[in-house]
Amino acid sequence: MGKFIVEMKGITKRFPGVLALNDVKFNLRAGNVHSLMGENGAGKSTLMKILAGVYTLDEGQILIDGKPVTISDPRSGLDHGIAMIHQELSFIPELSAAENIFLGRELRGFGGLVSKKKMADEAQKVFDRWGIKINANSQMRDLSVAQAQMVEIAKAIAFDARIIIMDEPTSAITEREVTALHKIIGQLREAGTAIIYITHKMDEVFSISDEITVFRDGTWVSTENAKDMTREGLISLMVGRELTALFPKSEAKIGEVILEVKNLNRGRQVKDVSFSVRRGEILGFAGLMGSGRTEVLETVFGIHAAESGSIKVNGKEIKIREPFQAIAAGIGLLTEDRKKTGIMGVLSVRDNMSVAALPRFTLGGILRKPMIEKQCEEQRQALSLKTPSLNQQIQNLSGGNQQKVLLSRWLLTDPDILIIDEPTRGIDVGAKSEIHRLMSELAKQGKAIIMVSSEMPEILGMSDRVVVMCEGRLVGEVSRREATQEKIMELATQFSDEAVA
Amino acid sequence: MAKKAITEPATTTTLMALSQKFNWGDFLRKYMIVGVLIMFVTALAIMTEGNSIEPVNLVNVIRQVSAIGIIAVGMTFVIITLGIDLSVGSILGLSAVVAASLVQVPTGSLVKFEGIDLPIIIGVLAGLAVGAFAGLINGVLIAKFRLAPFIATLGMMSIARGLAYIYTGDGRPFSDLKPEYNFIGQGYLFADPNQPLSGIPVPVVLFLVVAGVASFILNYTKFGRYNFAMGGNETAARVSGIRIPRVTIVIYTISGLLAGLAGVLLSARIGSGNSTLGTGIELDAITAVIIGGTSFKGGIGTIWGTIVGAILIGVINNGLDLLNVSPFMQIVVKGLIIIVAIIIDERKNSKKI
Repeated sequence: MGKFIVEMKGITKRFPGVLALNDVKFNLRAGNVHSLMGENGAGKSTLMKILAGVYTLDEGQILIDGKPVTISDPRSGLDHGIAMIHQELSFIPELSAAENIFLGRELRGFGGLVSKKKMADEAQKVFDRWGIKINANSQMRDLSVAQAQMVEIAKAIAFDARIIIMDEPTSAITEREVTALHKIIGQLREAGTAIIYITHKMDEVFSISDEITVFRDGTWVSTENAKDMTREGLISLMVGRELTALFPKSEAKIGEVILEVKNLNRGRQVKDVSFSVRRGEILGFAGLMGSGRTEVLETVFGIHAAESGSIKVNGKEIKIREPFQAIAAGIGLLTEDRKKTGIMGVLSVRDNMSVAALPRFTLGGILRKPMIEKQCEEQRQALSLKTPSLNQQIQNLSGGNQQKVLLSRWLLTDPDILIIDEPTRGIDVGAKSEIHRLMSELAKQGKAIIMVSSEMPEILGMSDRVVVMCEGRLVGEVSRREATQEKIMELATQFSDEAVA
Repeated sequence: MAKKAITEPATTTTLMALSQKFNWGDFLRKYMIVGVLIMFVTALAIMTEGNSIEPVNLVNVIRQVSAIGIIAVGMTFVIITLGIDLSVGSILGLSAVVAASLVQVPTGSLVKFEGIDLPIIIGVLAGLAVGAFAGLINGVLIAKFRLAPFIATLGMMSIARGLAYIYTGDGRPFSDLKPEYNFIGQGYLFADPNQPLSGIPVPVVLFLVVAGVASFILNYTKFGRYNFAMGGNETAARVSGIRIPRVTIVIYTISGLLAGLAGVLLSARIGSGNSTLGTGIELDAITAVIIGGTSFKGGIGTIWGTIVGAILIGVINNGLDLLNVSPFMQIVVKGLIIIVAIIIDERKNSKKI
């Protein structure tokens, strides 16, 4: 066992109205992968943001190599060798990968001018040394989420970081990309870098961690060696209760076809896609990142206009060029990117919840406020939403609770067809199983649900039927009975020969 | 700001308990503007030995800011949706000359339409229509041609002012307006016939009615809530079924319409339609909106805040007048106020922890 390179003691952090961390400790050894587990709002991210200098602590002490340090901002965090790769990657899309790596400390060449060539060479060296297959000159906007993540890791390496914090690095990337990420983590570990890994995914935790620390409600619960822990034990430490099955899709009566999409086309990402879904059914959309799953459904919903194809709802052909038309036809879409296309941050929980259903709450142009109040309150209780009040700004809620509000937004429109893109991305185990339970419940009520998910267990557990996409095409369909991880992966990787990015 | 010391873990129950306690920080942030207003009024009252709080003076202050206030109400809609309307001052000028030209006494001097005698309502409606139409064009440019609001309204600012000059021909104002028309700017309602200077000035009534209707629209109609949703996150608003182009066009049309109303009001107040009327008023209106607590980052704002903001501008102008501060200095003070207001907005609405 190596010695501690980071020791955090008695860390306390308050946010307005919330005690986010209460007398928390955390010790990290050199060359270790140390996972942090806990439900959303448990304090993992907050603790790490304190270590990285994003937040400052109210009470407590941080020791690095046994010496007390003050970390007042991200820059001083970096000076102490601490780099954090945030859940939501921040980079400048207009710049190249190399320029992003050297952002703020550009390499200079002739006459003190910034030298793009020098930076590209240096960045490429880092990429090649660590087996990252990215051209240093490529623009960030052209890179996938996984590639952008690799650039961030390369940035941390280029800064000589000895401690790299990864906040849910695998929430937005595919299984194959996860493997590549874990390989790099392994290499970094060999080189003596300490990795702090925040995740919600059980499988990962056991495969990569040396140690696991569990937090709950802003307090430290336990730190143990990963090999001494079991999955069930870990879950019960996190939630403080025994969880029943994680994916409780219950049987629902499957009714008539309600949505039928035929020969849908839009650019490179939607090629001749046809599928249908029935009442009471959960249809899973599987595929790798960028396979066009999201794009197909966004096209159905009118976020992007289709080039050709037909959409029938209840056997009647309808034209959808804009989301309001889809909503009028009884379709709802809970988007993939909560922050960008979901929440209206400064608005209240009530406003966020009711916005899509306002036409239903209007009488003669005037809002029926008591009715809105009543239905929002019902949603809040039905989904056991944790918020001090419906007046609370949604940006102050945890990710899982934000997701519940967004789900409520669509439930209030009473859709026949509900499309949910990554229903449980980046939310905690408890909220996750609640959302799954709700989806089952909705299917039982006779709604059709289309679910896009990158998490294989979710796809397998929840779907009655799975369609698989690859390169904008719908390449296969498997029933619940036949669906296995291997089968879906095989379909998802049926790349045609022409496709070379 | 009230800071709370919490010693127990933040479980749901403590969260609930906290919310039920009165949140002073929140209260202060929300109603600070009212406190600032009271502070200014008190300070001026002391400095002017009570002259500034004579009822006559107070009513006068509100009358002076009613044009700014009416425009600021429209600007509140615009700024909540993350837009800006720079053209309101010029639209005001154009509406003023068009309305005035139609309500001149036919026998007066320098009559635009000689020998034509229309009811004054035609003039008023023409002024409003010109304003609304200019606003509509702004809205279409922004919603359909995807111009940035700053650019579209900057263009309109120049166009409307130019048209106002062209319309007046040699640039001389249209004067000799009918007294019924001037009543809109100079008259009093609910006046006691036995007492001069009693009652409420018509512009003040118009301002408060406009503000009341606007406040109702913002809070009690679908359209109103859509404003906040768009300002909060336009993409999410679109995905939630809001027709962004349509709402945008309506918002800028309202802003133009209210600028037109302010044009009618100001021309009636000075008894002539001058093509330079309203120059620079957009800045006063934006100042009123921002110091009234509407966020420049969108999604947050209230009409009552804007009303208080407009009155605060009036109080400051009036106070500086009473204290014999040079009008040029007053312009500097206004600039300082807008900067301070934006700094406060930045602090309270950015999630800095």
